[in-house]
Amino acid sequence: MKEVKCECGHVNPHGTVFCEACGKLTKEQEENKNLLDMRYEGSARRSQTYNKSVIDKVWNFFSSVKVGVWLIVITLSASAVGTILPQEMYIPNTMPASEYYADQYGWMGKLYYQLGFHNLYSSWWYLILIASIGISLVICSLDRVIPLYKALKRQRVTRHEGFLKRQRVFGESPSLNQDEIEDIKQKLVKKRYNVREENGNLLAEKGRFSRWGPYVNHVGLIIFLFGAMLRFIPGMYVDKVLWIREGETKVIPETNGEYYLKNEEFILDIYDKEKDNEAFDKALDRVGMVVKNYQSNVVLLQKEGDTIPGEKPELKKIKEYPIQVNKPLKFENFALYQVDYKLDELSKMSFKLTKKDSDQSLGDITINLIEPEKEFNLKNGYSVELKSYFPDFAFDENQEPTTKSRVPNNPAFVFNVISPENPEGEMSFVAIQQTIDPGEDNLYKMSFNGIETRNVSALTVRKDLTLWTIAFGGLIFMIGVIQGAYWNHRRIWIQQIGGTTWIAAHTNKNWHGIKREIGQLIDGTKLTEPMDQSINEEKE
Amino acid sequence: MVTLSSNLLYIAFILYLIATLFFGGAIKAKKSVGEKQSTNAWGKIAIILTVIGFISQVGYFITRWIAAGHAPVSNLFEFTTFFGMALVGAFIVIYFIYKTPLLGLFTLPVAILVIAYASMFPREISPLIPALQSDWLHIHVTTAALGEAILAISFAAGLIYLVKFVDQTKSSKRTLWLEIVFFGLVTTLGFVITASTFSALDYQAEFTWVDKAGKEVATEYTMPALVGPHKGELLTEGAFKPLIETPAIINAKKLNTVIWSFASGIVLYFLLRLILRKRIAASLQPLVKNINLDLVDEISYRSVLIGFPVFTLGALIFAMIWAQIAWTRFWGWDPKEVWALITWLFYAAFLHLRLSKGWHGEKSAWLAVIGFVIIMFNLVAVNLVIAGLHSYAG
Repeated sequence: MKEVKCECGHVNPHGTVFCEACGKLTKEQEENKNLLDMRYEGSARRSQTYNKSVIDKVWNFFSSVKVGVWLIVITLSASAVGTILPQEMYIPNTMPASEYYADQYGWMGKLYYQLGFHNLYSSWWYLILIASIGISLVICSLDRVIPLYKALKRQRVTRHEGFLKRQRVFGESPSLNQDEIEDIKQKLVKKRYNVREENGNLLAEKGRFSRWGPYVNHVGLIIFLFGAMLRFIPGMYVDKVLWIREGETKVIPETNGEYYLKNEEFILDIYDKEKDNEAFDKALDRVGMVVKNYQSNVVLLQKEGDTIPGEKPELKKIKEYPIQVNKPLKFENFALYQVDYKLDELSKMSFKLTKKDSDQSLGDITINLIEPEKEFNLKNGYSVELKSYFPDFAFDENQEPTTKSRVPNNPAFVFNVISPENPEGEMSFVAIQQTIDPGEDNLYKMSFNGIETRNVSALTVRKDLTLWTIAFGGLIFMIGVIQGAYWNHRRIWIQQIGGTTWIAAHTNKNWHGIKREIGQLIDGTKLTEPMDQSINEEKE
Repeated sequence: MVTLSSNLLYIAFILYLIATLFFGGAIKAKKSVGEKQSTNAWGKIAIILTVIGFISQVGYFITRWIAAGHAPVSNLFEFTTFFGMALVGAFIVIYFIYKTPLLGLFTLPVAILVIAYASMFPREISPLIPALQSDWLHIHVTTAALGEAILAISFAAGLIYLVKFVDQTKSSKRTLWLEIVFFGLVTTLGFVITASTFSALDYQAEFTWVDKAGKEVATEYTMPALVGPHKGELLTEGAFKPLIETPAIINAKKLNTVIWSFASGIVLYFLLRLILRKRIAASLQPLVKNINLDLVDEISYRSVLIGFPVFTLGALIFAMIWAQIAWTRFWGWDPKEVWALITWLFYAAFLHLRLSKGWHGEKSAWLAVIGFVIIMFNLVAVNLVIAGLHSYAG
């Protein structure tokens, strides 16, 4: 493409609005404008220059800040819709989502579910929105940062008159002599300006790096979004829940059978008015019980040596740790979090075998409800066989006994009692609070004799190798956003033109600040305070 | 310690009130409209009172922290009060940059309303549930509140801009929307007045009602029940009988409070209109006639610029770090998280629009107002209406 040579001798890329070096306008039609549009230094942006091929069109679409803003606005509106009703992951798992929304929220809930809003944030169109924002970030930044960088690098001290005149802050003053210029220069240096001089003309500049802030923070966002995508790579992310009973030792999922966890004890503390801070008394009176601590005292174990499947592994103790909310147990890339619990789950149940007619006791048995033994030998020729065991007993649709789960919520048993009178045995069915006696002519009965319970703790097993990328992206974003927000790029031009001194100034933001700074600068000099020309422009 | 703490808060509240009057005086007294504005005696007294009030409120914060053993930002009262304090703090900083008493006249009443609103919630010191027992409680919550407070300054500046800019000689969409903004503020005042009146009268009405699951439960109203709960039965003798009954899905008690607030807001608003005989914005206009619109626009933009990084850090980054520690994941699409993201996206859009021509000045001021509405929605509605992990704060 054609390059444009300015009268100052600098060769500008095609599409430049005003000369990168001296600031002279390159296009005729721009001459009429009162103030220069200083955004991106009038540099030649690809999107403003080419619009022929499909690539150009796609590039131009995504390079528009307007499009970017629309994407942001659409995304934020869509996000708001997702908070009207709870997302699927927050509804109780008592019934399927398809029924839950209609059941709880009526027709509105049904519609919400049918539109897929119950899983809005992982819907394809929401992901497309986020991806588009990502693309927009990259293209917007590239379209601007490269030409801006070049233009700022190539700027000269001496600027074209038309450039100075069209700055927002501009003023003419009586001519300064060399000493006075030197004086101003010293003042500028004191204000931490980087001052360049050329033929008695000054360019004072500071905070240019703040111009890169937006691009730095966009890079941070891209890294962040990239980090979020890493989760889809197998092995990067683990999200499992481990329910573990007191006294139990279980393999920790996703560790390839290498790590085991033993739950020694689960503790639930509540605030106690007697012992805890008196200041809490009033609140406790009002709301009642408040939980103080959820804690699992666990032992982390590691397998030693190789084992063949089915063999009991040798376990080596790594560490003991009390897992609390906000204090996960960390090892390698894993972390175990306290997330849920169940108090007093049945663990053992004991029964007494008695003779029906005399109530004579013939011995006790205790059944481990998690791993029940099959046979219990009692003395004097008595023994009990456990024929069937239903940990979570219910009747199925055919009125047959069945179990809803393997958790002993409602255990039921079928016993075969072997006695000297009945060496073949007699069957009996026992469930909580109901002894269904199948045979009227049974001589013996199993009667309930007590229970033992224990607590169960639920721990989330988490591995997230994407965290570092995400944290790094967040850090870069913060650096960029601070760089761009808390510093300003200020430039002051002081030029000797035709027996007068011209002052022009530009800042990318905080005009109040630069005007105040110029006020201090010219205080005690011959210079008159420059005008803010934007005020005049508005009036016209 | 607890009594000392609440007294300090009370003192701060009174001082803010008096300071507001002095800021008003500072504007009235300023006759000369010089470029170099020097603050007059009224203005000086006003800012000194504000600073003393702020110190007193910091005293409240510290003593309450000592008494509770944890940072007092753990429930809705504490958080909202802190937000009010941050608002005053942010105002003081901005005041020393721009020296505009007018900003005080608009910011302090908002801060006063915020603190008054806060005190309508249970004020006792509450023990921390396990999820809140972390240093991230004060790191995350204070930074987020501070960010929101700085962003709210842009609302005050935007409001000044609109009061001055919007043509009040004829009614238009703009005058309507501006009145709606003021009506919102008046309604908040209405809520505060109604709630404190009934609380002073010790009004109580007990109900039993039938909830969604068909279970009979008890509830206690602290305002006369205009709307009663589902199949509600009034137990307190002599208490006001509900006019309408709500379906079980609606929280009747909250709806009742909302209705009372709006009703008192409407009454208050019309009383004001009756006294002023013009729109609220129109009657405020003489106060702002000397302010430079460009300066207000710049204050508004700069508060967003200063507040945005603080908000990002507190409400998103610190929030994510803590969520990873307490809830096992840094992001979980909990409503409060989503609304923090919405607020962030909104201000990101605001900052991008400032790059475009034609989005300075009035449009920018409207955006600052909308931003504040989003922040308030996140503070009030998300905690009280949309249930989520953050609703312990209710």
